[in-house]
Amino acid sequence: MKKPFPREHFLGLFGLVLFAVGSWMGLVEAPPERYMGEVGRILYVHVPTAWIGLLAFTVGFGFAIASLRSRSLVWDDVLVGLVEVGVLFAAMLLIQGSIWARPTWGVFWTWDPRLTTSAIMLLSFVGVLAMRAFIKDPPRRARWTAVGTIIGFLDVPLVYFSIKWWRTLHQPFSSPETVAGSMVWPLRINAVALLCIGAWLVIRRARLARHLRRVHETAAPEPSRLVAGD
Amino acid sequence: MTVLSQTLAVAAKDARIEWRGRARTAAILGFAGTVLLLFSFAAAADTKTLTTHAAGYFWLALLLGSVLSLADAFRIETEDDALDGLLLLPVDPRAIFLGKALARTGALTVLALMLMPIAAVLYNVGVDGSWLQLAAFIVLGVAGLAAPGTLYSAMTSQVRGREVLLPLLLFPLVVPVVLAVVKGSGLALAGDPMGQASSWLGVLAVFDLVYWSVCPLVFSAVVER
Repeated sequence: MKKPFPREHFLGLFGLVLFAVGSWMGLVEAPPERYMGEVGRILYVHVPTAWIGLLAFTVGFGFAIASLRSRSLVWDDVLVGLVEVGVLFAAMLLIQGSIWARPTWGVFWTWDPRLTTSAIMLLSFVGVLAMRAFIKDPPRRARWTAVGTIIGFLDVPLVYFSIKWWRTLHQPFSSPETVAGSMVWPLRINAVALLCIGAWLVIRRARLARHLRRVHETAAPEPSRLVAGD
Repeated sequence: MTVLSQTLAVAAKDARIEWRGRARTAAILGFAGTVLLLFSFAAAADTKTLTTHAAGYFWLALLLGSVLSLADAFRIETEDDALDGLLLLPVDPRAIFLGKALARTGALTVLALMLMPIAAVLYNVGVDGSWLQLAAFIVLGVAGLAAPGTLYSAMTSQVRGREVLLPLLLFPLVVPVVLAVVKGSGLALAGDPMGQASSWLGVLAVFDLVYWSVCPLVFSAVVER
């Protein structure tokens, strides 16, 4: 039997092509940034990464609530994809940020609110994924992942504001109003591109989670370790 | 029984267990005291550095000790499957959570009070600011550790790898608490001419409010059988 070609691959392919176009515009077409020069071009990938990473966690928060309410494991299949993609994007965000910070601020790391918040957000969700790995029972794993996601997500604004009061040193938020016209398009194109790539990965991961769950459900029960006398 | 009386009954039960097993509390105090001592080596035993950052060292030692105490919240329930018995009783799950978190707040407050004189002697600090503010920071700070800590203790006590999972989940989460108590109790110790302590109390109050209201709601999903 021929395996059907998964339709989400079109989404991923579209995202990759769009990402190439957006990056070319950002690297070649757009003028160098006035204060940061060529280094500022990392903005075209850095800012969309931040947007999509935060979006993944935010949507994950919604899925976690839905998962707790309905107790259907379908929500959990997508939730694990969203948390994993969020962790991936948060990790990329920190790496890109450090590459940019070194020539701009002179250090790889500084205790700026957004930087520290991203790192803590990454660690919180890495913790949730680590906990998941220790639980075998799928319904319990789904419930605890949802609880961990809700608890971790609620922390993000608290961490942000507490560190902001602690000390501050970062660019104002980037939005189409704060950047020049020639920079808006590569930003927008890359944001859509990363959205497509992120969605593609989430769908692939959800599919894998569903297959694993099916295998688990239909597998022969493990032989009992009880021996006579127990 | 109302949720309140159930909460108090669970808290009283845990407090009794804590009192009867006080050798363990003493061991945790010994551990946290050792951590306080180790920090002075990290600061090359420089008295000035130690005095300046005393609040930070104190809270980190308390945080490290608190993980051991928080793990106890549900370790005592996994022995002999006591949790199953507790869940079979006609008790609101929210009351189980609140009672346990309340008992942990009490245990951690006692730990903090016993650790304070050790820190005062080792780091050569006294209270030049306000005792009242210091007390408020300790109670609100400890309550901020206890609510998410008790919830995560309920999860991690039931799985393998619990020793690493509880701190891995708890430490990133309580960063706002650590920031606020270190800054705030530092101000309470050294004096607060700019009146900044109240904004840090505000951070703690918001954190406590969020987690003391959300954790009881999701707790039943954690212990559901």
